[in-house]
Amino acid sequence: MKRWRTSCTRPLKRPLGLVLCLGALTVLAGLASLALGAADIPPGEVLAALLGRGGAVQTQIVLYARLPRLCGCLLAGSALASAGVIIQGVLANPLAAPNVIGVNAGAGLAAALCCAAAPSSVLLTPIAAFAGALAGVLLVLFISERAGASRITLVLAGVALSSMFSAGIDAVLTFFPDALSGYTDFRIGGVKNLSMARLAPAFWIILLSLLAALSLSSRLDLLLLGRETAQSLGLPVGGTRMLLLSLAAALAGAAVSFAGLLGFVGLLTPHIMRRLIGEDSFPLLLCSALGGALLLTVCDLLARLLFAPFELPLGVVLSLAGGPFFLWLLLRQRGGRRT
Amino acid sequence: MIELRDLRAGYPGRPVLDGVTLSFLPGEVLAILGPNGCGKSTLLRAAAGLLPISGGEILLDGAPIGAYTPRQIAQRAAYLPQSRPVPSITARRMVLHGRFPYLSYPRRYGREDHEMVDQALGWVGARELADRPLPQLSGGQRQKIYLAMALAQDAAAILMDEPTTYLDVSCQLEVMALAHRLAVEGRAVVMVLHDLCLALQYAHRTALLQAGRLVLAGTPDELYQSRALERVMGVELGQIKTEGGPRYYYR
Repeated sequence: MKRWRTSCTRPLKRPLGLVLCLGALTVLAGLASLALGAADIPPGEVLAALLGRGGAVQTQIVLYARLPRLCGCLLAGSALASAGVIIQGVLANPLAAPNVIGVNAGAGLAAALCCAAAPSSVLLTPIAAFAGALAGVLLVLFISERAGASRITLVLAGVALSSMFSAGIDAVLTFFPDALSGYTDFRIGGVKNLSMARLAPAFWIILLSLLAALSLSSRLDLLLLGRETAQSLGLPVGGTRMLLLSLAAALAGAAVSFAGLLGFVGLLTPHIMRRLIGEDSFPLLLCSALGGALLLTVCDLLARLLFAPFELPLGVVLSLAGGPFFLWLLLRQRGGRRT
Repeated sequence: MIELRDLRAGYPGRPVLDGVTLSFLPGEVLAILGPNGCGKSTLLRAAAGLLPISGGEILLDGAPIGAYTPRQIAQRAAYLPQSRPVPSITARRMVLHGRFPYLSYPRRYGREDHEMVDQALGWVGARELADRPLPQLSGGQRQKIYLAMALAQDAAAILMDEPTTYLDVSCQLEVMALAHRLAVEGRAVVMVLHDLCLALQYAHRTALLQAGRLVLAGTPDELYQSRALERVMGVELGQIKTEGGPRYYYR
């Protein structure tokens, strides 16, 4: 098992400042997201609309179009980034992110099957997506155990799994063309046409999973020390890995159930945060959740504003930002560092 | 104290240890020696409860090791593997992980844990490294931090797999001196070593393995006089008597 080189060459900084900074930036980006768009609404009227005292049109736009969209960005960003932290930590692989190793595609296939079988059930979709994500992550775990957790093997296996799951989604849609309305949007990933009612089940799953992951952060810290060291410190490694990966599956599955196959946020955010504050899991999870929420909110804002009144899909903007970073990461990656 | 009785252990389809009987006693450094693949690391892993055994028994403070939970084992025996990832965390945080076996709900480290960490860092002479990230430290400095983690674990036995590998000579001597001090203060220190001269100089007792079997266990002088090292390892050693005790060299 190899570990990746982290770039920390100076003393690690206290993460509280970063948490506050990310929190403040997320609030600002959120307000901008509510105020800016095809129709700009002044901040005062945004607040009035949120309090139910605004004009009818502004209230409609803010409460029923932009607020669910903003909540979708916040939820999907925080869920996918936290899932990325967990998966990368548990599998000790910097390239393991929900979209890379087939977790998102697994969730997408299960969501597609669920929509085909029970089109009217909003509640079932996140649960089915969780089951699909869990199946994906367990397959990857199985492969990593059998193949000796080689970094390249894991990524290649993930690519193969993603292709298989994506082919499964295509097959479902061939037989049930209406199963996923706006399939292209689903595949690229986005937060259009959401409602608060549709987000509610995912909200609870993400909130509870994130809290559970934070409460297990000391165990995730131990996994970062390597399997043998973790075991020798009294950690039941097998059970802990399963538990943490189940939480990652719940986070990724819940996000995919409403935001589709968004890429890069689960890969990009943990890497940026790791460079800023190191690998302590509690602050890393917290900062990644905030950073993921901020990243998606900003990307969504850009998607709406860059070519207004035309709108780019969120997944496209995210990939345009994330792709170059991913390539830079690959080029920069060198051998693991061990004692 | 850890006792191995007629221990058989290994990996699926590959038995390694074949009837090893050995004790890890408080107050002494025990050096495990032998050629590559003879089962030294397997012996350490099995003794730390990290490997299922296929025969014989391991007694931890007089009771079979299976009677203990993983946390209870960790409170009695610290194991430092030969190689491990180097996460981007501070040295202090690394040492704090040694307190994990004592954490209870809600799994937050308390004042006592932090005091233990400060003591452990002071004991190994690494207080000034406390707030530096592990990737910045040299191999020798990291080894000190791992030793401090084992101290924070407050275990009576410390099992180290090749702790001097990849270290320069001065760091090797420093690690061996620390291990010796740990033993003098009452802990059982067990080290897998490849440097025979270093092992014979610092260990109170040695155990020589060959093909999963214990060839000989005894004091360094007994091992040297038996010539077993030459038969098993294929090297000839010489001995010089000095005021500080015997020193060994490769002929």
